[in-house]
Amino acid sequence: MTATVKDYVVAPPVFVAAAWPRHQMLAFAVMVGLLVIAPFVAYPVFLMKALCFALFACAFNLLIGYVGLLSFGHAAFLGTAGYVSAHSAKVWGLPPELAILAGTATAAGLGLVIGALTIRSRGIYFANITLAFAQMVFFFSVQAKFTGGEDGIQAVPQGRLLGVLDLQQTYTLYFVVLAIFLIGFLVVYRAIHSPFGQVLKAVRENEPRAISLGYRAEHYKLMAFVLSATLSGLAGGTKALVFQLASLTDVHWTMSGEVVLMTLLGGLGTVFGPAVGAFIVIGLEHWLAQLGSWLTIVQGAIFVVCVLTFRRGVVGELSRLLRKPL
Amino acid sequence: MPAGEEISTVFGVPVQALFGQVLIGLINGAFYAMLSLGLSVIFGLLNIINFAHGALYMTGAFAAYFLLQWAGLGYWWSLLLAPIAVGLLGVVLEKTMLKRLYHLDHLYGLLLTFGIALIIQGGFRNEFGSSGLPYAIPSQLTGGYNLGFMFLPTYRAWVVVFSIVVCVGTWVVIERTRLGAYLRAATENPTLVRAFGINVPRMITLTYGFGVALAGLAGVLAAPIYQVNPLMGADLIIVVFAVVVIGGMGSIMGSIVTGFTLGIVEGFTKVFYPEASNTVIFVIMALVLLVRPAGLFGRTA
Amino acid sequence: MLITRVLVLTIALIAATATAHAQISDGIVKIGVMNDQSGTYADITGPGSTTAARLAVEDFGAAKKGLKVEIVVADHLNKPDVGSSIARQWYDAEKVDVIVDVPTSSVALAINQITRDKGKAFLVSGAATSDLTGKACSPNTIHWTYDTWALANGTGSAIVKTGGDTWFFLTADYAFGHALERDTEAVVVKNGGKVLGKVRHPFPTADFSSFLLQAQASKAKIIGLANAGADTTNAIKQGAEFGIVKGGQQFAGLLVFISDVHALSLEKANGLVLTEAFYWDLNDKTRAWSKRFAEKQHGAMPTMVQAGVYSAVLHYLKAVEALKSDDGTKVIAKMKEMPTDDPLFGKGVVRADGRKIHPMYLFEVKKPAEAKGPWDYYKVRATIPTEQAFRPLDQGECPLVKK
Repeated sequence: MTATVKDYVVAPPVFVAAAWPRHQMLAFAVMVGLLVIAPFVAYPVFLMKALCFALFACAFNLLIGYVGLLSFGHAAFLGTAGYVSAHSAKVWGLPPELAILAGTATAAGLGLVIGALTIRSRGIYFANITLAFAQMVFFFSVQAKFTGGEDGIQAVPQGRLLGVLDLQQTYTLYFVVLAIFLIGFLVVYRAIHSPFGQVLKAVRENEPRAISLGYRAEHYKLMAFVLSATLSGLAGGTKALVFQLASLTDVHWTMSGEVVLMTLLGGLGTVFGPAVGAFIVIGLEHWLAQLGSWLTIVQGAIFVVCVLTFRRGVVGELSRLLRKPL
Repeated sequence: MPAGEEISTVFGVPVQALFGQVLIGLINGAFYAMLSLGLSVIFGLLNIINFAHGALYMTGAFAAYFLLQWAGLGYWWSLLLAPIAVGLLGVVLEKTMLKRLYHLDHLYGLLLTFGIALIIQGGFRNEFGSSGLPYAIPSQLTGGYNLGFMFLPTYRAWVVVFSIVVCVGTWVVIERTRLGAYLRAATENPTLVRAFGINVPRMITLTYGFGVALAGLAGVLAAPIYQVNPLMGADLIIVVFAVVVIGGMGSIMGSIVTGFTLGIVEGFTKVFYPEASNTVIFVIMALVLLVRPAGLFGRTA
Repeated sequence: MLITRVLVLTIALIAATATAHAQISDGIVKIGVMNDQSGTYADITGPGSTTAARLAVEDFGAAKKGLKVEIVVADHLNKPDVGSSIARQWYDAEKVDVIVDVPTSSVALAINQITRDKGKAFLVSGAATSDLTGKACSPNTIHWTYDTWALANGTGSAIVKTGGDTWFFLTADYAFGHALERDTEAVVVKNGGKVLGKVRHPFPTADFSSFLLQAQASKAKIIGLANAGADTTNAIKQGAEFGIVKGGQQFAGLLVFISDVHALSLEKANGLVLTEAFYWDLNDKTRAWSKRFAEKQHGAMPTMVQAGVYSAVLHYLKAVEALKSDDGTKVIAKMKEMPTDDPLFGKGVVRADGRKIHPMYLFEVKKPAEAKGPWDYYKVRATIPTEQAFRPLDQGECPLVKK
């Protein structure tokens, strides 16, 4: 009887009505505090990139950490939303908030379609079929005229958020991105710590039992999938506006691999893990950019080490030390 | 063409040209079959999804290159020695790392081998860049045959024939010999098989070694026709995955048949809609998985 | 966040004249060499471009003139998002004044935009797209060395004029491949040739057998390879296997560099016709410089891209010296004002649309028996004079060009 992913995932906290566990509130406050000070200390554009990926990883974690499904095709949502946001801002002239919403909505729709087709599979088959669909999205992105092929959509205008905030100012943009990240983060948190999250947990622990209790397991899984896709889309749309670029990199299957790396490193099924993992991986990319292929080697080594000895990830191990779920 | 004679066509493509494409497809299918065979053997008998297969295929091609450069040993030696080298590497990987994951979810095996693939690929890329290194077709296999509808290089014909022999041979060993029976039994019920005095862990190690040796062998076959370069396995691995999944993970015959068939399908796509030739396999995979979640010949997970 | 500088070339302060520093931003002229250091284009650009830039700084004699020059290097992995991140970081946080090289058109276009937004300077040697001096032209960018139009024109018209009048295109299915195919087809047709067929292969492709069969079936005299890097070399290698050249057809490499020929070896590549802006063995000056280059690059001869980096950096430094400022927009304007002169490309000019012009050469790859030494790969089939080598100024739709 093989153990499953869920056995190595830190158990989510017990649902407490309308109250956050104190240590998590503290951790959240620390995180927000750090992120507010950060742009004055570090290079803001790097931080914004990390924030977008942190959101992406949180969204991905929803699926793997709490539903137990490893999707190897999440890049499809990130990239497609990026393209749609970029196109709507540049060609249709939509203001940034509508452009990002357009991207997010597209990702949600795509998530619904792909989710409906794939949710019945599980384990390695689920990974494979999500990969297959992501490859089809990639192919579509290469062929479609509006995506610009390998040039991507460039010079995406940033405009004024809600007509007021000038996104071309670096700090304004940063705090907007931070706000978006925190919203996404809280949505994930709320989804987990809610009756919906409880059902997901039940489905993950023992699906037949959950079904016998009257829960339509597949519907819950699909909802989680769509939510994960939507938030990935939010990350993708925001990223396109920050970097003023939507490119094929964001729909390539290696991007799907990267988000797995971030989440694994940070801690599958933890609340803060994916964000931490994202910051570490993006930081590494930044640091090792000079060294070319060493980056690939280091990423591979992280995968290996994490899987062999560090399965709980950074936050997971920290959580174990503190004996409190993070 | 004498006046009045018609060229029969299929959707505007002359039938003659189509034969050529089918043959080419068969040749590509041979690679898919051999690679997916290795993957299938490993999954079927070990329950490990070996994402490092592409990187090990590449290592096989490099091994052939090194054997030539450093030891002056040509192609025929490489056919024997390179797979053994790659197999040994596989044995090391299995004993040091993979062994620890058998009790866990399959997905960890996938992630670990993904990491191993990144390391191997990154390492080679660091040393050799990505431009590709030349490796010549052995002199005995140069030239070709003019078949009328196309010119078939001898080497490519050799690839098909050799692959079929290897694939059928492997199938025979696993399905029809006692060793194969032990292997299959060991997967079903390792404890019982061990009780019979058979060294199960060693068999598993050797099986992994054999599976990746097949990948290395495919690499040697590929070296003279594709450039020997560190990225040659990278995009190939997801295609091979698709082949294995379509055939049914764990079904040896499934992988062989699907590999060859998909090569031919890809060949047709290259004529009618060439831009999609990299993607058609995934479309098929999605369709197959929707209808038969365990693949065409697979046993249910 | 720091990007550690891999290469720093600092000049002693001793003989510095204070005035020279006055308007140079923070007293240092910082040159950023951004290209593909480890991927498909590493041999075409890569570390060799850094060497070329260093040689230019050396030959300029920065030390004696009291100019502090620094070089930083980055690998953009051929991805526009990576490239634009690095460019932003360089311009914002590291005070880089000029970015040079940048192969891969999609990356170059992204950096072109960012450089313009920030008023810095961009000297493109590696990228091919002729849009850089066309729709996307900018007062902050100069396109050195070559572009798709020059290649299409050189290879296309020269081949048609020498009898290669029926073509079949093997095109990489992405924007760059399409552009190259379109430009070359236009030239072929204009010169009286015919395009018998084309096939678009996915980018990248490892196996060309199917496409080569189609090319053979078309019976076109020339098979135009509208692709680059590994796709081109793979197609040629497999073409040899399928007896393309023996069957009487010829490959036209629309974007081939000497490093590709080196990787293929003369056995496979002989007979290939291509257009380049530079060859190490053209004359004494190129030979002398290339020898210096090769000494630092393990015996590898420079590609035209690397030679272009040298030429561009040299001219840039001359402009900075004349202006006594490294303000991007002003320096680019000065570079257009001053005629260029260097041992590699001879005398030349930078046009109003940012296009540096010089002669282009049609080369043919020698047969193994004809080569007298290592890297002796090309024979000159034709020289395309400067006036004809590049797209005419008024045809580019560049807004900077006054009609």
